[in-house]
Amino acid sequence: MKGEETEVELIKEGKRLDGRGFEELRHIKIDVGVLKRADGSCYFELGDNKVIAAVYGPREMHPRHAQDAKMAVVKFRYNMAPFSTDDRKRPGPDRRSIEISKVSREALDPVIMREYYPKMAIEVYAELLQSDAGTRTAGINAASVALADAGIPMRDLVSSVAVGKIDGEMVLDLNAMEDNHGEADMPVAMIARTNTITALQMDGRLTKEEFERGLKLAMGACHQIYELQRTALIERYSKSENKKEEE
Amino acid sequence: MYKVVVPGDFISEETNRAGESTYVEEGKVYATRYGIVDEREEIKVVALSGKYVPVEGDVVIGRIAEISFPYWIVDIASPYDARLHVSEFAGASDKKIEFGYMNSYLDLGDLIMAKVMNVNVLMRIELALKEDFKIGSRGRLIEISHTKVPRVIGRSGSMIRMLKEKCKCFIFIAKNGRIWIEGRADDMDLASEVILKIVSEAHTSGLTDRIADFLDSFGKGKSQGKIG
Repeated sequence: MKGEETEVELIKEGKRLDGRGFEELRHIKIDVGVLKRADGSCYFELGDNKVIAAVYGPREMHPRHAQDAKMAVVKFRYNMAPFSTDDRKRPGPDRRSIEISKVSREALDPVIMREYYPKMAIEVYAELLQSDAGTRTAGINAASVALADAGIPMRDLVSSVAVGKIDGEMVLDLNAMEDNHGEADMPVAMIARTNTITALQMDGRLTKEEFERGLKLAMGACHQIYELQRTALIERYSKSENKKEEE
Repeated sequence: MYKVVVPGDFISEETNRAGESTYVEEGKVYATRYGIVDEREEIKVVALSGKYVPVEGDVVIGRIAEISFPYWIVDIASPYDARLHVSEFAGASDKKIEFGYMNSYLDLGDLIMAKVMNVNVLMRIELALKEDFKIGSRGRLIEISHTKVPRVIGRSGSMIRMLKEKCKCFIFIAKNGRIWIEGRADDMDLASEVILKIVSEAHTSGLTDRIADFLDSFGKGKSQGKIG
């Protein structure tokens, strides 16, 4: 069990190692439509996490026997670049990334109106260029924006963030140091407007009170992230409008 | 001014006016797509992106992709292929098209103008040929996103009328985002340039006026023997 004996001091004078408070997110940067050849795309930065999400489709589902005559099939691929970690990661899917792909797909599934495109596939790729804990949440956030950019009908956007326990305190949005030496890590994905949780995982041990406190923290942060996602999408068009007016 | 919405954005409480790309939940209308709100007739969202999905009655430009008796399989710039039955071919009314001779009527790669007759729940799409369905070889095909088609046509056809007049070209815009242009080479150059300009500025306001200015300045430049 990780963090059984905390050999690293993660909280000093009420601040975390990177100077953040307990309920503070890392900086977030969102660019929409960064890939020309994809139907929708998004570049997302969460602290030192860098991810590009690309959406293709709806397009023909292969293999054909996996088609659904009533609705589209969503495919999600989470992939870490070999250079995204400290030690080179062996390229290609592994146990961990297959699991994350499945979890991420299921986090987005409730908002995608799959019934609009019978027999088709909607393919989502989340490519991690740099990682610093919380990559799956960054991937989900990016994918959600990329899906909107691709013009896929959705009930809402999905926002995601992780909370965890370090040095006995519940804190928001763990970085790699905190994740490796902390006591628990809990990624949450939700639909901000309706407070519907679409994904929830937990690694480590939390008491009921800690869990509830963590969930509350995560839900608050998802609302913040939702606003950033929404603003990024809307500004993309108001920006190009201003540019035209300047000409 | 226009209002950009993202999926899940609240638009209105007038649920009885909810239209395209919206959904109703607990007495409120929300957007299902990333796009621009249009509340003039019904409350709808005009998507900024997305693939073309045919609707009955649409007129499209298709390209013969495959011949599989008794159907031509037609690519209509959509994730879904459409089919055209041999009996739809006008020449087939007096003589029967035999198996193996379909390509002498419409061959692979040929362009056709067709109307979407039927779209069933399994997204099987049947086409009917327009009277003057054959698209000649002395023109150009431009492909744009189907979401920009209304902009190229303009409000009650203002943009397209201007384009046809100023560019002296025959222009046909199909619902699936394919545009056929016929005219003199330099006229077609101008028409394609203007269409691409409209597409890249599709979401801006006052577009028709700006395109008119552009076309006028172009005309002047040309008559003085210089362009631009």
